[in-house]
Amino acid sequence: MNTANLSRRKFLETSAVLGGGLVVGLTLPLRGALAKAAATNAKPVQANAWVRIAPDNTITLICHRNEMGQDVHTSLALLIAEELEVDVDKVKVEQAPVDPVYVNALLGAQITGGSSSVRDAWTKLREAGATARTQLVAAAANEWKVPVADCVAKDGAVSHGNKHKTYGELATAAAKLPAPTNIALKKPADFTQIGKHQHRLDTPAKARGKAIFGIDVTQPGMVHASLEQCPVIGGKVLSVDDSKAKAMPGVRAVVNIGEGVAVIADHYWTAKKAREALTITWDYGPGASLDNAKIEATLKEGAKQDGSVIRQHGDVDAALKSAAKKVDAEYRLQLLAHATLEPMNCLALVSDAGCDIWASTQFPQGAQGVAAARSGVPAAKVRIFPQFIGGGFGRRLDVDFIGQAAAIAKAVPGTPVKLIWTREDDTRNDFYRPASYHALRGGIDAKGALVAFDYKFASASVTNRMFPGVTKNGLDPLMTEGAIDLTYDIANERQRVVIQEFGLRVGYWRSVSHALNAFAIEGFIDELAHAAGKDPVAFRLALLGKQPRQQAVLERAAKEAGWGQKLAAGKAQGIASMESYGTHQALVADISKTASGAIRIDKLTYAVDPGIAVHPDQVLAQIQGGAVSGLINTLTAKITLKDGRVEQSNFHNYQLPRMNQMPKIDVVLMPSGDAPGGMGEVGVPLVAPAIANAVFALTGQRVRTLPLADAKLMFA
Amino acid sequence: MATLDINGKVVDVEAAPDTPLLWVLRDHLGMTGTKFGCGMALCGACTVHIDGTPTRSCITPLAALAGKKITTIEGVSGKVAQAVQAAWDHIDVPQCGYCQSGQVLAATALLTSNPKPSDADIDVAMSGNLCRCGTYQRIRAAIHDAAKSLEA
Repeated sequence: MNTANLSRRKFLETSAVLGGGLVVGLTLPLRGALAKAAATNAKPVQANAWVRIAPDNTITLICHRNEMGQDVHTSLALLIAEELEVDVDKVKVEQAPVDPVYVNALLGAQITGGSSSVRDAWTKLREAGATARTQLVAAAANEWKVPVADCVAKDGAVSHGNKHKTYGELATAAAKLPAPTNIALKKPADFTQIGKHQHRLDTPAKARGKAIFGIDVTQPGMVHASLEQCPVIGGKVLSVDDSKAKAMPGVRAVVNIGEGVAVIADHYWTAKKAREALTITWDYGPGASLDNAKIEATLKEGAKQDGSVIRQHGDVDAALKSAAKKVDAEYRLQLLAHATLEPMNCLALVSDAGCDIWASTQFPQGAQGVAAARSGVPAAKVRIFPQFIGGGFGRRLDVDFIGQAAAIAKAVPGTPVKLIWTREDDTRNDFYRPASYHALRGGIDAKGALVAFDYKFASASVTNRMFPGVTKNGLDPLMTEGAIDLTYDIANERQRVVIQEFGLRVGYWRSVSHALNAFAIEGFIDELAHAAGKDPVAFRLALLGKQPRQQAVLERAAKEAGWGQKLAAGKAQGIASMESYGTHQALVADISKTASGAIRIDKLTYAVDPGIAVHPDQVLAQIQGGAVSGLINTLTAKITLKDGRVEQSNFHNYQLPRMNQMPKIDVVLMPSGDAPGGMGEVGVPLVAPAIANAVFALTGQRVRTLPLADAKLMFA
Repeated sequence: MATLDINGKVVDVEAAPDTPLLWVLRDHLGMTGTKFGCGMALCGACTVHIDGTPTRSCITPLAALAGKKITTIEGVSGKVAQAVQAAWDHIDVPQCGYCQSGQVLAATALLTSNPKPSDADIDVAMSGNLCRCGTYQRIRAAIHDAAKSLEA
């Protein structure tokens, strides 16, 4: 058995809950509002609990990560349920508030992102479940005066011979026992739920329209706001003529919040129509001359700087000089919007009691900060109520819309105001995935082996805007991912990054720099394979001698997809391979040319080694969905600016893949190891390079730009 | 004042005649199962049935609804809807779930008019409904699954 020594984990404590029952939670160290509550009230602080067992046998997971489709509610409940010996479908999930104890250790803040929820919770939540189970068993053993070792915990109850008590019956007594000094975690071989098929806990509600997203929350006396924002991001209101808007029946107030003007009305439709009746004069600011050509030129110029070294060994310049064959290439990616289906929205109430926020957010802690700043209410009095998220993809790591709602609600104290962006607002006021420029050089020796790889990546930094101080020595860790973890063993390698701002705010977009770096690197590796006269799979395998897991997924994806077999005329395959978030994967894209000359994506075949797959069916779902996110970033979607204004507005000119465009998606899971890898973003980054490599195989055209449609390709 | 027939109940609504049904449902009647995605009939998140036909409620004004029978996710019922929702449960279709009310209503309308749809039929009937999470493969499987269960 794996024994977790609790003396090294003093933060994991057990405590009685007011009214009986057992709470296992991270109760130390306490800071912020809850610390004050604890100081003035000796009773345990229930809000810090991970697990709550009530006398009526209700078992609740206080889920500290936000559900945006990636299955944290069920996957995290599984970690608790496995160790607690209860069926996961008996676990209720409650969304956690903001508290320092819920900080994501992998990210340093209370954030849902970075494919980190299960990895961060893997030990923490199993220990929480095991601690509760240990105490419940001890309580039963005490009562029955039998050895602990002779008691069995199963199906939410402890038994000994014919004696039997449910957890609910034992919870109050268990809570009075001292915290166990040693807890035993189950061996993976003994798991009965982790790694097995389970249904999502939230499926029935979501199939019946009963899940409550941020946009669905209502409060008594609630009114609506619609916000006209400056057409140029970063611009400001100079003046507003609101006479027409104010004359419309149902309009309560018009509020200038700096970056825009909001109309508050009894109903949404009234607010939206009145907003359209505003006449606003803007100071467009320095962004008003920006366009894509300028961004591209800025990045290309920026890439002339030395930048910062991500990874380097050997002597790449010498190796390039003496190489038998040299290949150079430039790759480029355009701006992308997140386009979550639930547009940005937030319900805010500013009152004497403080500021209450109901929102779909990936960053409750950031929501608290921005709501405090814009409402003038101290952070300790800002309460965040996170809701189901109708799509995150990184957009809801930013909290701009939450600050706006707080600023608007401040103008009508005591009245809850729901701000809902239109789709057009959402498309035009995003934090876009940064455009990027990539320069690559490679050298091949006389035998066709890759001996030199020189890579430089230039793009804007999201991290410098959101988390200043995290970037060290010019290295933003969310720009180096997808490069620093390159799996290939190349004798002479140099990888560098240049942080080059280009005058537009940028944001994290599902899989972040993995997608940017993988498109350039995996496309270029394919170019090198062809230059060397080698098969792209064999060429990669030759560089993976020290990477058995990576080698295994690459071989498996190739085998499943029938790589190397003769294909019918008009069909081709492309391959790509990488490690991301501790998960290994390879992907083969099958494409064909239609009679009209368009390219159809027929099939995507993944082989994925996720480490331990906690919830295998949802690991599959994340790959299937990630593939579709990958298609968004591959085919036609891009954001363009003209005079600083975003030209796209809605789903007719920012197109997302639809049912009729879906390829078949085959996923082979190859679990290995003893810990889970990240899963939420893994499906995304290889789609573009695998398809681009297939396009080369099909047409001989090497496409080095995303979206691929920029290379005059048509997609069926 | 307008009078609507929603999920078999007669409801009086006080709203401007150009108010889209979507906002009448969500904002005036507190029925939030029907979702706002685009406001231009481009995404299908707001799909309801009007006299049995899948319709985008975001562009359907209140003034156009006199005498029509409206069915929303809160009220959709019967053998086909049950089969669809059971298949959605069985296959665990939803991820974020935001589009799924619209998907369920579109799928129910498809199977009502075409009990055994081909993949091409599914493409035609379902391509108006975006799923940003990319659950399309499972939606397709669930529609086939529901068709099979209705056959039995």
